[in-house]
Amino acid sequence: MTDLLYSEEEEALRAAVRDLLTDHCDAAGVLARAESEAPHDLALWKSLAEGMGLAGLLVPEERGGQGATHREAAVVLEELGRAVAPVPYLTSAVVATEALLACGEEELLARLASGRTVGVLAVALHLAPGAAFPAVRVQDGVLHGELTGIADAAVADVLLVPAEDGGLYAVDSDAVAVTGQVSLDQTRPVAAVRLDGAAGRRVGDAGPAVRRALRAAAGLLASEQFGLADWSLTETVRYLKERKQFNRPVGGFQALKHRLAQLWLEVVNLRAAARNAADALARDEDADVAAAVAQAYAAPVAVHAAEEALQLHGGIGMTWEHPVHLYLKRAKADSLAYGTAGAHREALAGLVDLQAP
Amino acid sequence: MTERRLDAAELRRRTQQLLAAHPPAATDRQTFLEARFDAGLAWVHYPEGLGGLGAPRSLQAVVDAELEAAGAPDNDPRRIGIGLGMAAPTILRYGTEEQRRRFLRPLWTGQEVWCQLFSEPGAGSDLAALGTRAVRDGDDWVVDGQKVWTSSAHVARWAILIARTDPDLPKHQGITYFLCDMSDPGVEVRPLRQITGEAEFNEVFLTGVRIPDSHRLGGVGEGWRVAQTTLMNERVSIGGMRLPREGGMIGPVAKTWRERPELRTHDLHQRLLRLWVEAEVSRLTAERLRQQLAAGQPGYEGSGMKLAFARLNQEISGLEVELRGEEGLLYDDWTMRRPELVDFTGRDAGYRYLRAKGNSIEGGTSEILLNIVAERVLGLPAEPRTDKDVAWKDLAR
Repeated sequence: MTDLLYSEEEEALRAAVRDLLTDHCDAAGVLARAESEAPHDLALWKSLAEGMGLAGLLVPEERGGQGATHREAAVVLEELGRAVAPVPYLTSAVVATEALLACGEEELLARLASGRTVGVLAVALHLAPGAAFPAVRVQDGVLHGELTGIADAAVADVLLVPAEDGGLYAVDSDAVAVTGQVSLDQTRPVAAVRLDGAAGRRVGDAGPAVRRALRAAAGLLASEQFGLADWSLTETVRYLKERKQFNRPVGGFQALKHRLAQLWLEVVNLRAAARNAADALARDEDADVAAAVAQAYAAPVAVHAAEEALQLHGGIGMTWEHPVHLYLKRAKADSLAYGTAGAHREALAGLVDLQAP
Repeated sequence: MTERRLDAAELRRRTQQLLAAHPPAATDRQTFLEARFDAGLAWVHYPEGLGGLGAPRSLQAVVDAELEAAGAPDNDPRRIGIGLGMAAPTILRYGTEEQRRRFLRPLWTGQEVWCQLFSEPGAGSDLAALGTRAVRDGDDWVVDGQKVWTSSAHVARWAILIARTDPDLPKHQGITYFLCDMSDPGVEVRPLRQITGEAEFNEVFLTGVRIPDSHRLGGVGEGWRVAQTTLMNERVSIGGMRLPREGGMIGPVAKTWRERPELRTHDLHQRLLRLWVEAEVSRLTAERLRQQLAAGQPGYEGSGMKLAFARLNQEISGLEVELRGEEGLLYDDWTMRRPELVDFTGRDAGYRYLRAKGNSIEGGTSEILLNIVAERVLGLPAEPRTDKDVAWKDLAR
């Protein structure tokens, strides 16, 4: 039966991740990094992935991982979302890892699970599970083409590239040209990947691997979105208790209280939807519907939470120095990531038999 | 005999024992329900001797499943929802031993139906401003006033009642909680017709109603605190029903959508999918709340369930009327009736649409509930109060 709560072990995992992020991922640091040439925090990634062993949560122990499930990965993502942490966790430890699990690949999977190698699936971030995805040409045993919108490609050691022959190829990042694209979300930037006769190793069939990877991504992204939304709500409530205008805390004005209470309802709902998706993925039961429901609900809520945070902070919310824009940009980019809410609703129409006219 | 641990196996054993001693097929319904109560299998989390065993609440499901499989009669919980959901937890918490023994058994079996005499024409959201007076006269209290929005008053044997016992105190302090005999000659129940055409609620006029002091629940002047138990339970029971996917208001709409392709439009399709997702997520939130309660974790989600339930019911039923096209112009029946059961999803789309309008008013308006969430859950400052230290008799009205 669906378990929508957090176990004691999951809470302990959360506490450990949160401690690390509190010490090593403050908003000022994330912002400074976002303005630099290297927005990703690879030292933080190393602590999370290698130090804490979190890159291998989805990989069975006998294949080099931790043998945990999507439930634990979801808890990690909640905390990473709460801190808008610029690490390739979702892209490498969830998406690329799921793709390799679908392929039955061993060697690269173990490297990703160890956290020493960052893998990225070379499918544009906005594509939904089941959507058609671009593939590169295979000619004389090497790969040719350009793929854009690839999240975290800038820090990938290996790219998993779909090719026109139906294969999924592992390509070393040294063999391709990765060009960062100026991105709305500076904490999870996208890049263009150009393959000019790059050598690749076929690891499996692209179709099922991409579908499985994007389904897990959509389902677990909801936990990241919950983290974003929960930060936005908590921080706004805190600020509104402190900020005074008209000789009273602005959080005492009923118009604002009601908006925050409404937002709280949405965040509470989002947690249930995200937990349900993580649990369904872990048990591989009803996972298509659970992931689509979570993503159809999560995207607008995370965006709404960040937008409310900005508006209710007033002028300070519009400044570069205040972190709320990092959350807004991540939430908005997340609303496209792995399919929009609309794309997931459309998928549900088929899944639960509510067909279009 | 050694004490057995109260786990699922033990409850199953006791349920089988009850079934063996009182085979449902050969036992009169009331007798069976009384035997079940006396065996402690009515509500297992209640204390022994009061229909329970002091067992974890989550184990009730074990008993219910066994009884259902055996075809045993239930106590028709929908008919006696106010008694089960509101009166019982309040009597359990604040009642004397004598009151608990007198009232809980017939309440649970449904032999005695309960209603709630709280709201008044002049005291809705501001319930603590109520003006129904109770004046001490020897061993009795004499009650005069008017109550409103009383469902089941016409079938109820008993009522939970709050009345003002000291008008010189500020409003929250001068209220006392009573158990009122609805067969008292001073109780007059008049149907109150609603926008649906039915009179599911009543107005209740109280004229010289005599209530013995032994039917006072809690101390004199403590009625407001006692009533909080009732009201919190009301909100939980309104928002907290366990549902399968498509189990609520979305069910009939989805069914119509599947069966009547000729009614489909693109606009309705988009709106239906949005509401379907919201209904499913709301259901998951309710399920999560139940799991939290079963695990003994306090959850705040309950405060929000009723808000979500009200808005969704209204939006979904509104969509359903539109979906029906020409039939949406019709209404099944405007006949004035006094139904015994409140059924939000019963009857046609038009009825559902109109009835759902009450969901954001009854049991605390959505606006008041938003204040409660903002203040109690989020800790935001309370609304400015001008009435806190003013004697009730001096309040503006």
